[in-house]
Amino acid sequence: MAFISAGYNPDKPMEGRITDIGPKHYDSFYPEVIKKNKGKWSHHEILEPGVLVHVGESGDEVFTVRCGGARLMSVTHIREICEIADKHCDGHVRFTTRNNIEFMVTSKDKMNALKADLAQRKFDGGSMKFPIGGTGSGISNIVHTQGWIHCHTPATDASGTVKATMDTVFEDFQSMKMPAKLKISMACCLNMCGAVHCSDIAILGYHRKPPILDHEYLDKVCEVPLAVASCPTAAIRPSKVELPNGTTVNSVAVKNERCMYCGNCYTMCPSMPLSDKEGDGIVLMAGGKVSNRISAPKFSKVVVAFLPNEAPRWDNMTVAIKKMINAYSNGANKYERLGDWAERIGWERFFEVCDLEFTHHLIDDFRDAAYHTWRQSTLFKF
Amino acid sequence: MAKHETPLLDQLESGPWPSFVSDIKQEAATRAKNAKGLDYQMPSDVCDDLLGILELSYKDGTTHWKHGGIVGVFGYGGGIIGRYCDKPKDFPGVAAFHTVRVAQPGGKYYTTAFLNQLMDIWDLRGSGLTNMHGSTGDIILLGTTTPQLEEIFYQLTHEMGQDLGGSGSNLRTPADCIGSSRCEYACFDTQELCYFLTMTYQDELHRPAFPYKFKFKFDGCPNGCVCSIARSDLSFIGTWKDQIQVNQAEVKAYIDGKTVDNGGAFKGRDWGKFDIQKEVIDLCPTGCMALVKGELKINDKECTRCMHCINVMPKALKPGKDKGVSILCGAKAPIVDGAQMGTLIRPFISIDQTLNKQLSDFEDEDEWMEYLAEKYEAITEFIELVWDYWMEEGKNRERLGELMMRQGLQKFLEKVEVEPMAVHVQHPRTNPYIFWKEDEVEGGWGRDIEDYRKAHSR
Ligand code: HEM
Ligand code: HEM
Ligand code: HEM
Ligand code: HEM
Ligand code: SF4
Ligand code: SF4
Ligand code: SF4
Ligand code: SF4
Repeated sequence: MAFISAGYNPDKPMEGRITDIGPKHYDSFYPEVIKKNKGKWSHHEILEPGVLVHVGESGDEVFTVRCGGARLMSVTHIREICEIADKHCDGHVRFTTRNNIEFMVTSKDKMNALKADLAQRKFDGGSMKFPIGGTGSGISNIVHTQGWIHCHTPATDASGTVKATMDTVFEDFQSMKMPAKLKISMACCLNMCGAVHCSDIAILGYHRKPPILDHEYLDKVCEVPLAVASCPTAAIRPSKVELPNGTTVNSVAVKNERCMYCGNCYTMCPSMPLSDKEGDGIVLMAGGKVSNRISAPKFSKVVVAFLPNEAPRWDNMTVAIKKMINAYSNGANKYERLGDWAERIGWERFFEVCDLEFTHHLIDDFRDAAYHTWRQSTLFKF
Repeated sequence: MAKHETPLLDQLESGPWPSFVSDIKQEAATRAKNAKGLDYQMPSDVCDDLLGILELSYKDGTTHWKHGGIVGVFGYGGGIIGRYCDKPKDFPGVAAFHTVRVAQPGGKYYTTAFLNQLMDIWDLRGSGLTNMHGSTGDIILLGTTTPQLEEIFYQLTHEMGQDLGGSGSNLRTPADCIGSSRCEYACFDTQELCYFLTMTYQDELHRPAFPYKFKFKFDGCPNGCVCSIARSDLSFIGTWKDQIQVNQAEVKAYIDGKTVDNGGAFKGRDWGKFDIQKEVIDLCPTGCMALVKGELKINDKECTRCMHCINVMPKALKPGKDKGVSILCGAKAPIVDGAQMGTLIRPFISIDQTLNKQLSDFEDEDEWMEYLAEKYEAITEFIELVWDYWMEEGKNRERLGELMMRQGLQKFLEKVEVEPMAVHVQHPRTNPYIFWKEDEVEGGWGRDIEDYRKAHSR
C-alpha cells in the first residue's frame, strides 16, 4: 500500500483548511415532489405494510416504499441502494430514524416496479436485502448500538441480538396486526447509546462483575485520580498495593458492592477491564413509550433481570420477547401501547400472562426514587 | 476461501432479516476482487479480520476492543472515536479501527451522487463498512487508521462541502424527524430549525467547552418520532395553541366507513367497524370531544394536543394554525441517577407561519441565516440562557438534567428567566418543606431576641 495524499499538508495543517461548514443543506437532497409540496401535505395512507402514499394539497402524490436494513452497511450495499434509487427514484433516497431505507416514487406504476425489484434482491447467505415493511401497528426496525463490532464496554453484541430478534418478529415487520405500534430498541451496555429506556421492549447488555484490576500496569497507563473520578457511584478509591514480587505500587481499590458495572472506569483506564463470559448477558425491559398519544411518555421497566449471552442466536432472549409480544397482542385493546396495557391489567398480571418469572432483582432498590415504585395501596390482584 | 473460519457468525446468515454477516462477507469479497484496482489505504482484508475478531467475541463472550485514546482531526474536539483491537497480531487488518462521524443531512434525505462520492472516499480510505446511521443521527464510517483521518476530513470538506459531526463534551449533531417535508402533522419545519441551529452553533459542536455532552432533537408534533423527549437535553416538540381544524364532511366519511381510519395503520387485523365514540371520543384523555347531531365538537380549551384524534382521522382533523414549539429540558439515559425525561420548561414559543421564505429566495446562505436568526430569536435566546447556567454551575460530566435535579426546578426556571406556572408540574409538592427566600418573608429573618422576650418570658 502506498499512502495516497488527498492534498492535506501535515506540516501546514491550517493551510486552506475548511472547518465549521456543517452538513449539506437539505434542499439539495429533496426529491422534486417533496420540495414542491413541503409544508403543504394534506394526508397520507398506508396502502399496505411498508408502502405509504402522501397526498399534497396540490393533488400531487408521493409513494414511499420502506425497507428494513441492518444499520451496519457496506459500501457495496450502499452502492446497490444508489443503483436502485437511480433506476426508480431519480437518484433520491432517504433513511428513517429507525435505520429503514425509504425509496420514493410519484406513481403507482413506478411503485409496483420498485416493489418487484426490491423483493427479489437477496444476499448470498439467503436473507433479504430490502424487506418491505415497518409501518403502522406492526414492529419496525430496531434502533441499536455497536456491541462487539466496535465498542470497548459492551456486555453483548448489538448486530447479532438484533438480527436474531428481527428474524423472530419478522412477520410483524411485514404486517400491521398489533394493537398499536411496538418499538424495540437495543443497547449493549447501560450507557445506552441507543437510549432504550423508553421503548415498548428494550434489549440491554449488562455486566455483573466489577472490574478486574491490573495493579502492575495501572499507575503506568492510567492516572489514578481520573479513574477515581470516573466512577458514578464513588466505588473507586486510591490504594497502595503490594505485588507478589514485593514491590509496592500506586493503584486503586474497588468497593465491589457499590459497583453498578457501568464500565466508565475502563473508558478512563485500560487497566480496569470489565467484560466476562459468565458475568455478561442481557436484561429485558418493557412498557416504555415516547409518544404523547393518549398517555404520557413513560420509562421501560425491567422484566427479565438476566439472560446469558447465547451467541449466535440468543434463543432464550427471543423466546422471552416473543412471549411478551404474543400476550400483548392477544390482550391489549386497539390503540393500547404495551405499557398502557401492562398498567391496565397490572404488572402482577403481566408476569402471569407473559409467563415470566418475577424475582427480587426486579424490585427497585436504587436510591430513594425506588420507594415510588413500591405498592402503597390495597389495590392488587390475586 | 475465507481467511477465518466463522461457524457461529455463519448461523446469522439465514433467516429473512438482512444479515450484516452476509453484507460484511460481500464487502470482503469485493475488496479481494478489487475490480477497480484501488490502492486500498486500509489492509484489503480488513473485513475478513473484522469477521474473525467478531467470531472470537461470539466464542468467548467478551469484547476485543480497547479504548482508542485521543485521536482526531486538528482543531476539532470531536467527530472521531478512537479504537484499537486487543489482538492485533491475529487480526492485523483491524489493529486500528477508528470511526468517523459525518454530520447527516436534515431528514436523512440523500442524492445518490452524494452517497456514491462518500463511498468513493470510504472505499479507498476506510474499511468499506458504515452505520447508516448512528443512534444520535450521524453517518458513521466504521474503521480506519490514524493517518487517514486528516485525509478523509480534507476530502469531505474540500471535495464534498461536508463536515464531521460531534462527539465528546460538546454539542452533538442535532437530529430531526421528517417533519413538514413529508408529514402533514408537523407543526414547524424541523429541517429548517435543525439546520439553522446546527450552523449557528458549529463552534459549540466542534470544540468541547461544555461540562458534558449536549443534544438537541426536533419532533414536528407530539407523536415524537425522533424520541426527543427521551433523548435530548433540549427537546423541541411541535404543537399549536388554537383549535384543531375540523372538516365535518370528512369526519362523516370516517363515521360512514368511507375513509380508512388511522391512515391504514391498523389494516392487518379485523378490529370491527370503525366506531368514533369508542375509538376517538372515549379514548380522548381529556374527555373534551363529543358528537353532537352528527358533528364532532372539540372543547379545544381542554385539549392537551395528544394527537390521538388526529392520528385516527388525518383527513378530517389537522393541528391548529397558531403553531410553535414546546421545549423540554434535561432528558438523558440512566447513567447515573436513572433515566430522565425532558421536563416542560417553555410550553409554547410561537413560530410565525408567515416567515416561510426558503434558501432559494435569497442571494446566499448568509442572508437566509440572518433571516432565520430573526425568525428563531426567541429560541436562540433561550438556548443561550440554558447554556450560561449549565456552564456556570454544571460539574464536570454533569448532564443538564442532573444539574436541574441537583439544584431544583425553581432555580432552573429563575436562571432561564421563565415564570413558574402550574403547567410546569404534574402536581404541586406533597411536602410543605418550602425553603423561603429571606426577601420573600415580611421583615426578613433578622429579629431581636429582646423584642421577643418582651412578650415571652424566659
Ligand atoms: C402512536 C404514536 C405515533 C404515531 C401516530 C406516529 C405517526 C407517524 C407517522 C404518520 C409517520 C410518517 C411520517 C412520514 O414518513 O410521512 C411516522 C414516522 C416515523 N415514526 Fe412515528 N408515530 C408515532 C410514534 C412514534 C414513536 C414512539 C417512534 C419512535 C420511538 C416513532 C418513530 C418513527 C420513525 C422513526 C418514523 C420515520 C420518520 C423519520 O425517519 O423521520 N413514531 N410516525
Ligand atoms: C454516560 C453515557 C454514555 C457513555 C459513557 C457513552 C459512551 C460511548 C462510547 C464509548 C461510544 C463508542 C462506541 C464505539 O465504539 O463506536 C459511544 C458511541 C455512541 N454513543 Fe454513546 N455513550 C453514552 C450515552 C449515549 C446516549 C444516551 C446516546 C444517545 C442518545 C449516545 C449516542 C451515541 C452514538 C450515536 C454513538 C455512535 C455509535 C452508535 O451509534 O452506536 N451515547 N458512546
Ligand atoms: C419525587 C420525589 C423525589 C425524587 C424524584 C428524588 C430523587 C432523588 C435522587 C435521584 C437522589 C439521588 C441523588 C444522589 O445521591 O446523587 C435523591 C437523594 C436523596 N433524596 Fe430524594 N427525591 C425525591 C424526594 C425526596 C424527599 C421528599 C426527600 C426528603 C424529605 C428526599 C431526600 C433525599 C435524600 C436524603 C437523598 C440522599 C440519599 C442518598 O444519599 O442516597 N428526596 N433523591
Ligand atoms: C421534623 C419533622 C417532624 C416533627 C418534629 C414531628 C413532631 C411531631 C410531634 C411532636 C407530634 C405529636 C403532636 C402532639 O400530639 O402533641 C407529631 C404527631 C404526628 N406527626 Fe409528626 N413530626 C414531624 C414530621 C412528620 C411527618 C413528615 C409526618 C407524616 C408524613 C408526621 C406525621 C405525624 C402524625 C400523623 C402525627 C399524629 C397527629 C395526630 O395526633 O393525629 N410528622 N409529630
Ligand atoms: S451502549 Fe455501551 S457498549 Fe454499546 S456502544 Fe454505547 S457505550 Fe458502547
Ligand atoms: S464499572 Fe462503573 S461503577 Fe463499577 S467501578 Fe467502574 S466506574 Fe465504578
Ligand atoms: S414527529 Fe410528528 S411531524 Fe414528525 S414525523 Fe412524527 S408524526 Fe410527523
Ligand atoms: S388531541 Fe388528544 S386531547 Fe386533544 S381532542 Fe384529540 S384526543 Fe383529545
